[in-house]
Amino acid sequence: MFYEEFLETLDRKAYHEGEWRWQEGEYTVTRTNHWSPPGCHNGCGVLLYVKDNKLEFVEGDPLAPFNNGKLCMRCLDLVEAVNHPDRLKYPLRRAGERGENKWERISWDEAYDEIVEKVNFIKENYGSHTILFDHGTGRNIGWQLPLFASTALETPNVSNYGFTGFACYLPRMIGSSAKMGEMNIIDVSEIHEKRYADPSFRRPDVVMVWGNEPLKSNADGFLGHWIVACMQLGTKIISIDPRLTWLGSRAEVWLQVRPGTDGALGIAMLNTIIDEDLVNHDFIDKWTYGYDALVESVQGKDADWAAEICGVDADDIRKAARLYATAESAAIQWGLAFEQQIAALGVTAAACDLMGVTGNIDNPGGNVLVKCAFDIEKRYGLGDFKIPRENYSHKLTTSAGIEESDIVACASADSFIHASEAGEPFKIQMLWIESGNPLACSSMDAPRAYEAMRNIPYIVVADPFMTPTAVACADIVLPVAMSCERNAVRTWWTPARSISKCCSYYEAKSDEDIVLELGRRLKPENWPWKDDKELSTWYLTDQYAKGGTSYEGDFEELQARGGYKYWDWDSQYYKYEKGIARPDGQPGFDTATGRFEFWSWGYNHWGVDPMPYHIEPKDGPIANPEMYKDYPLIATSGGRSYEFFHSEHRQLETMREFHPYPLVTMHPDLAAEHGIKDGDWVWIESPHGRCRQKAFLFPGIKKDTIHMEHAWWYPEEEAAEPSLYGVFDSNINNMTKIFETGQGGIGSGIKSFLAKIYKYEEGDEMPGVTVTEKGGFGDYVFGAWAGDKKTAEERMAKTYEDDAVRRAVAAKVADADMQGRNALNQAMAEGEDAIGTFTSKE
Amino acid sequence: MTKGILVNYDFCTGCHSCEVACKKILNLPKGEYGIKVTEVGPFQYSDSGDLKGKWEWTYMPVITQACDMCESRTAEGKMPMCVQHCQAWAMYYGEASDLVAKMDGKNRWALITVKE
Repeated sequence: MFYEEFLETLDRKAYHEGEWRWQEGEYTVTRTNHWSPPGCHNGCGVLLYVKDNKLEFVEGDPLAPFNNGKLCMRCLDLVEAVNHPDRLKYPLRRAGERGENKWERISWDEAYDEIVEKVNFIKENYGSHTILFDHGTGRNIGWQLPLFASTALETPNVSNYGFTGFACYLPRMIGSSAKMGEMNIIDVSEIHEKRYADPSFRRPDVVMVWGNEPLKSNADGFLGHWIVACMQLGTKIISIDPRLTWLGSRAEVWLQVRPGTDGALGIAMLNTIIDEDLVNHDFIDKWTYGYDALVESVQGKDADWAAEICGVDADDIRKAARLYATAESAAIQWGLAFEQQIAALGVTAAACDLMGVTGNIDNPGGNVLVKCAFDIEKRYGLGDFKIPRENYSHKLTTSAGIEESDIVACASADSFIHASEAGEPFKIQMLWIESGNPLACSSMDAPRAYEAMRNIPYIVVADPFMTPTAVACADIVLPVAMSCERNAVRTWWTPARSISKCCSYYEAKSDEDIVLELGRRLKPENWPWKDDKELSTWYLTDQYAKGGTSYEGDFEELQARGGYKYWDWDSQYYKYEKGIARPDGQPGFDTATGRFEFWSWGYNHWGVDPMPYHIEPKDGPIANPEMYKDYPLIATSGGRSYEFFHSEHRQLETMREFHPYPLVTMHPDLAAEHGIKDGDWVWIESPHGRCRQKAFLFPGIKKDTIHMEHAWWYPEEEAAEPSLYGVFDSNINNMTKIFETGQGGIGSGIKSFLAKIYKYEEGDEMPGVTVTEKGGFGDYVFGAWAGDKKTAEERMAKTYEDDAVRRAVAAKVADADMQGRNALNQAMAEGEDAIGTFTSKE
Repeated sequence: MTKGILVNYDFCTGCHSCEVACKKILNLPKGEYGIKVTEVGPFQYSDSGDLKGKWEWTYMPVITQACDMCESRTAEGKMPMCVQHCQAWAMYYGEASDLVAKMDGKNRWALITVKE
């Protein structure tokens, strides 16, 4: 086996086994990890070569089991990123108008003094809840930034500005937690330190890659190429994707679905498996709840039914279902497309139920129950119990469509925009943006977010580079240190990992140092830690919790181990049989019923259909045939590239050498109909707005579907308005809308809307001009709780006063601590009688 | 015998890691490469018997004159940069005569050597 051969032939001495820092000629070499910035979702082992406080060389660490010495092209280009001349060197204060890109250099003390004065003034006069905190993904955002927001700024309003429907991973996490009491990931050996050679590991017979391109995205603590390693051990692939991917080209079955119809596909696969009796009766009998309800709910929804909805062959659906169900072990690698459609929780339920009916849960090579190593990261919103209750009660938790439970811990992005625009339920006084570039990336209606943000009196941005968002809106910009310039810890599943500081860059400071220094000034009693290492140790071992975490040791110990430590809980299989999946030590799952729930109490409690469901995309060919006449293409978006992490890496010459422009993927026949050639600039337009990308002709996409790249801006272009580094010119979020979600306020239709294309002509007005000088594309009503003009007009009759939204804001307070497991406990308490009935019936 | 790099190109995903790893150790400017991945496809076979309807999408790294098989790294016991960073576990380094023995007919293999 290739892995055993690798272990046998690896020259461990050459890579300094047992040392975390050593001298190699004129270089000091550090064995550590990298995650961000520049960002990603993982934390690969690296060897960093530093001379005279400057990073000069990087390579992967072959002794790190997580990545086995392998790196993606972005990390291999780390030296260029860290030493890039465009990096911010000093704190800056705005010297001209917003959007003019005029700044004056100030000292950190001046920056801190100004911020402290503003924050304290706001707390005293308006309340700390009038401060909004925005962050993106990838960087040290899981705990450091929420901790700062909670215990220094004292605001509960932490979210992602303009990012509707919590449409990134969170829906899968809460869905999985509701159905099986824990998150799950596919087992391709990453839970074991010995990896593919661990004796308890067995590679999956089949991996169903569904709604993501893991080789490029490496999302959520998962390196996609682990699947390729398993393919060499015999794993077969099922691909569910509107586009052909490398994995899809090697798949046993490729289901080229219409974007936004995955729920129907999942239901049909369940129907096939149930109808053909391919289910795992033993698992269902012993460990599940509500199977009869599932059987009933999928009746009539067979492969032929789904084939028409999804635009795929019914026999292929059956073939995929049989392949998955009859494998000895099979895993579902799910992705972002799940929640970037409005049936988000319905698709998640379908995928979980596929695991459930086949018993592919917590088995080697299946989907395993997983927690962050040593139970270190328990929940989002660290420290929020320290927010004064009066301010906490003003948490903006209302998403479009949701009136009841607070399903997720973040505040709602829709509420952020509404409060910024309308001053409802209160006026926003300040916005803090750290580790985010919302105008380029996450704000789903970028022109609208731009207008809304400009309505906020005071905005701080902290970032390694000047961003379009900062130029457009910031009053103060703080320079942030790169990964190799900080001490930090992370757990995203296993192992627990650390980063060791190797060098520094002018006056840039790490997120950890910024929050520590400002925390001490704003709320000293909440910030007792002397430095980033002590803070990291507290995170690893304490975090206010009564039982703490199960980590033993401190930052220095983790660092000296080479920066990683695996956790035995995560590496065990069949945890539900062993009584370690539940806090009470009983066998079973950590759900209301103690079983895997086909009929989910959590879903039901949230007011969400407890069975898998499909909802037609709102702006789609079936739900909106009128629009389809004029906008005949199904537009999907956001597929990743090897070169970039969201809006990052666009400054780097090496990355742009490989990927110079944003690409709109289309079938060659479609291009020919429009007289478009490969590499032509093309407009993509919906009734909501338009943007420009370069045509990429590709036979692996249907003729009625196009795919656009997200998060593009051009650091080489003019920073000042109207350009703003060209942030609106290629921005697919000129077309996507906020305030439109699925059940429970979860999910967003941004991967499945209608559009048309036509060639760009010299002299066409660029979107930067449209947005910054001409008031935008005009398809929304500022201050209205609606994504577009038509919907806003429909709602005009109602006043905000008697809107469900207002009632929900008021009803929020008592429920505000509830999330995940707590929701299940509450559901269990409320549903005790019903559960009793069910059990006795059994 | 000579040193070689063996590629299991059934599994090369075209991720560019070998290209960038090599550019960085050789300090090659924009447009120059010590190893460069070439791409065939994707296309679907129209009528070729068993292949009908199958997709072809093959990547294969090509090694240029700039490659010295990372002589100074391998002298210390380290792997060549491209082999070490290959995310797909598709590259092997060693004596060309040893590597030939891996070419088992079960995968598509290519053995690459350079002038010494």
